[in-house]
Amino acid sequence: MLILTCPNCGIACDETELTPGGVAHLERSGPGASDAEFEDYLFMRSNPKGVHFERWRHSSGCGKWFHAARDTATMQVFATYSAQVTGPTAEVLTAIRAKYPDYTLPEGLKEARP
Amino acid sequence: MSQRLATGGRLIDRSQPRSFTFNGKTLQGYAGDTLASALLGADQMLVGRSFKYHRPRGVVASGAEEPNALMNMGEGELFEPNQRATTTELFEGLIARSQNHWPSLDYDIGALNQLAAPFFSAGFYYKTFIHPRAAWKHLFEPFIRKSAGLGQAPKGADGDIYEHYYAHVDVLVIGGGIAGLRAAHAAASAGARVLVIEQSATWGGRAPVDDDFASEINALVAELAAMDDVQMRLRLMGAGVYDHGFVTGYERLRDHAPKPGAPRHRLWKIRAQQVVSCTGAIERPLSFAGNDRPGVMLASAMRDYVVNHAVAPGQRTVLVTNNDDGYRTVLCLLDHGLEVPLVIDARRNPEGTLAAKARARGVTIRDGYAAAGVRGTKRVTGIEICPIEGSGGAVDTVECDAVAMSGGWSPVVHFYSHCGGKLLWDEAGAFFYPDAAKPPLNQSGAGFVRCGGAANGALQGAEAAQCGGQAGAEAARALGLTAPVPSGPAPEPQAEAPLMPVWVMPLNADYHRRSHTWLDFQNDVKLSDVQLAAREGYESVEHTKRYTTLGMATDQGKLSNINGLAVLSDALDASIPQVGTTTFRPPYTPISLGSIAGEARGDTFQPLRRTPMHDWHEANGVHWEPVGHWRRPYAYPRSGETVEQAVHREVKNTREALGLLDASTLGKILVTGPDAGKFLDMLYTNMMSSLKPGRCRYGLMCNENGFLMDDGVVARLDENSFLVHTTSGGAEHIHAHMEDWLQCEWWDWQVHTVNLTEEYAQIAVVGPHARKLLEKLGGMDFSAENLPFMGWAEGQIGGFDTRVFRISFSGELSFEVAVPAAQGAAFWDRLVKEGADLGLMPYGTEALHILRAEKGFIMIGDETDGTVIPQDLGLHWAISKKKTDYLGKRAQERPHMTDPARWKLVGLETISGAVLPDGAYATAPGYNANDQRNTQGRVTSTYYSPTLERGIAMGLVLNGPDRMGEVLNFPGTNGQIYRARIVDPVFYDKEGAKQNV
Repeated sequence: MLILTCPNCGIACDETELTPGGVAHLERSGPGASDAEFEDYLFMRSNPKGVHFERWRHSSGCGKWFHAARDTATMQVFATYSAQVTGPTAEVLTAIRAKYPDYTLPEGLKEARP
Repeated sequence: MSQRLATGGRLIDRSQPRSFTFNGKTLQGYAGDTLASALLGADQMLVGRSFKYHRPRGVVASGAEEPNALMNMGEGELFEPNQRATTTELFEGLIARSQNHWPSLDYDIGALNQLAAPFFSAGFYYKTFIHPRAAWKHLFEPFIRKSAGLGQAPKGADGDIYEHYYAHVDVLVIGGGIAGLRAAHAAASAGARVLVIEQSATWGGRAPVDDDFASEINALVAELAAMDDVQMRLRLMGAGVYDHGFVTGYERLRDHAPKPGAPRHRLWKIRAQQVVSCTGAIERPLSFAGNDRPGVMLASAMRDYVVNHAVAPGQRTVLVTNNDDGYRTVLCLLDHGLEVPLVIDARRNPEGTLAAKARARGVTIRDGYAAAGVRGTKRVTGIEICPIEGSGGAVDTVECDAVAMSGGWSPVVHFYSHCGGKLLWDEAGAFFYPDAAKPPLNQSGAGFVRCGGAANGALQGAEAAQCGGQAGAEAARALGLTAPVPSGPAPEPQAEAPLMPVWVMPLNADYHRRSHTWLDFQNDVKLSDVQLAAREGYESVEHTKRYTTLGMATDQGKLSNINGLAVLSDALDASIPQVGTTTFRPPYTPISLGSIAGEARGDTFQPLRRTPMHDWHEANGVHWEPVGHWRRPYAYPRSGETVEQAVHREVKNTREALGLLDASTLGKILVTGPDAGKFLDMLYTNMMSSLKPGRCRYGLMCNENGFLMDDGVVARLDENSFLVHTTSGGAEHIHAHMEDWLQCEWWDWQVHTVNLTEEYAQIAVVGPHARKLLEKLGGMDFSAENLPFMGWAEGQIGGFDTRVFRISFSGELSFEVAVPAAQGAAFWDRLVKEGADLGLMPYGTEALHILRAEKGFIMIGDETDGTVIPQDLGLHWAISKKKTDYLGKRAQERPHMTDPARWKLVGLETISGAVLPDGAYATAPGYNANDQRNTQGRVTSTYYSPTLERGIAMGLVLNGPDRMGEVLNFPGTNGQIYRARIVDPVFYDKEGAKQNV
């Protein structure tokens, strides 16, 4: 059972206080998107063994969403960070590279715009 | 015979006899006995029958690993099956019954299965019960169900109570043996907050039996008990280790001293920074023919019973061993005046000091020999021996009434493995032990579980104690504390000769012997079964486990796993570490379902949400309907009235006079901010930003997949704020949905949401006299001019602070009045009182459903099921064509969604006037690939309409709106076919004249 620190209220939360929200940093496809783009946005998800970016909501706490960078195999948590970014921040990438020096972001995912 | 010795017994108190019954027979033991030791002390060696062959079985172990001595315990509502006699503490009046036999333990008809044993080999069920298919349901399954299973299932609700408990500690030590106590001491001395838990009723583990640690154990326990930051718990078993230091513990509070009204078990949910597992090791049986006969026991268990309970399992005991540790049992038995006529040692010239001591005391040792077979049926009467390399032809037979077997030890690595720790294979000792380089990792990527003592492979007493202390100190250091190298007596190296791995005894045992050699006692898996599985191509240990059922019983292979996988690896010609173990899964031993449920049963199963008028409903004959966590009135039956009659009366009265509905459960979410309108335009399919303050609008909400998820009325309160009404079930998740989009997608939009559902009581005043009632209370202008349909107003009604919405879900003149929750009950009372002479009656949810169905209004969850888009329901009028985007818009443009050939909403009217069965399908010509009839629609809502005095229904039908007047067939589950005509879904007052007055 995971412990994730909510970056909004600072509490190290037990997983029972949290609601998972699936993969992070999806870019929304709306009207005008091709069928393929829309299919990608709505259904296609990666299931990596290793570094993964996720959305979590501190639902039984402050109610705020946040992001977590986590290793799906070892359960190591590299960082939790703001929900209001379009990709992992430089600090998050630094934390990941402390463990995996050669880590690069998967295709389609970009570092957060400053 | 097994019997109580005249003196001794470390744990029993002879001044406190305890009576108990076994299969109705009254027997006696002492305080401090386990049920197993008490049975053995009363010469009850035969304690059960085996699962498949109903072979007689006796106690084989002395702890949690026991596979045979499982009991039906207790009676009535306290009855529980499959309780291990070896871990059940004896108490006065204990009632135990043996399992899996008929008609009695001594004479069992199922034992005939043994004669058919050649047919019950691995995969028997898979191979046998395949054809014909019909026979499975009517012949095989009922028979298997009748004969399968060990204990009986309890018949009633559990009469015991249970609870949960939470703990947060720096270091959790699992196991209170010498290693665990040293670990706890080392960690606590360094300043860590420590919880040390022990599954049994005493501290010290098996050290007091095998070594002289008694005084150190007493001193450590006293010292730890005096430390402020140390918690110590007996009868609390580690159950499972999970991610990030979450550990479950199973505390047996009252199993040894039942007391009505007090919790029986407690499930601990522990968060530990560091876990030290000092869980010891379990001795392995040896695999020889007849090793399951009552009287064949683990050598270590035998000395446990002698030392701890002064119970001698036999008078003449033969030891079969492949290692030196077994000789401890020989010396122990001799010390207690018992006979050991022979030791059968698989090794040639065992030279260890323990063997030498036995030899010096005149014990005959046949070295290089094997047990070839066991004489006796319900009790050992002798043992046959043959050379270890032989195939089993006995060269000699020795009379004995007990056999001690010692096949080496396996560290209990479960708590290292539960959460991903890896294991290494120790060639010399033939066991798996924790790989310290690959521990389970916590959230920081650092190891959080380590093993100490025998669990870490340090099997000898002194060595184990030292290893435990080190593990405790390391755990403290991992927390950043300073922990010195723990003090304590240094281990004296005990010269033990190496073990000889023997997985089949004798090494070339013939088929007859291999098929009478048990690997898994509880599930009746024989050596020949695992070999057969290997021959049939099972290479993975996980598949072999499931095919043969090896290690699948309640003991989860604590005795059988290593022996089984050694046999498998031999058959596959692979090394043991190559084949690997099956996955260790929590819990360590079975824990009661009651402990998992804890307090969550009956009234405390889940919280109950009550509207402000709950008590009034209760006092006025309500028939409740659970709606999520809410209770809503379904109807208010009067005396002499059925619920159905009450519903019909309520519908008619609301249409003809005046009804009152408690609508407080309706979701109420306040959305405010400069971008609130823009936000609602994205959330709803229609335009909300154009709504004028003072007006209401019905809207549909879809998810990104285009499917309907909620509907309701939005009222614009002022330029910047909207009150969003959701369905009763939708309030929480729609609020969460809003927050998700606002926080994670449109975080720069200035919008604030708050869920006000429980802040207001909401009462619908419905029917032709609705206006009259409100005017009677007075305070506002309720005229159609001032408060038109789909308008709202704020003000006082009869002195109450209200907001009145002129919206209708019934088709009648209707005012939904919201008052602060605290005023809800008083306002309701007032309406009931003032409405009496207008014919007012409260109505419930079923009447509400019928009223809306008569009007063709959809209900989320009836007309929608997560695959329905608004266009399917003919709600095009509520989908904006002007908006460039809203949630679900793109999805609704997908080819399948725009396909004209979809199932669409229509009304359905049976030809006979009967009520269509709910969920019935309309059949179409032909059959599908599964031989089922093709379908072309289904019923989504169906009721008897008291207004129209006939059955009415709504349904989704292929191209439905284009097929008005067509008659469809709806087969019911009662064999009857209902014929129904496709009609307009609005059955009553199509012009809407009644609501708009």
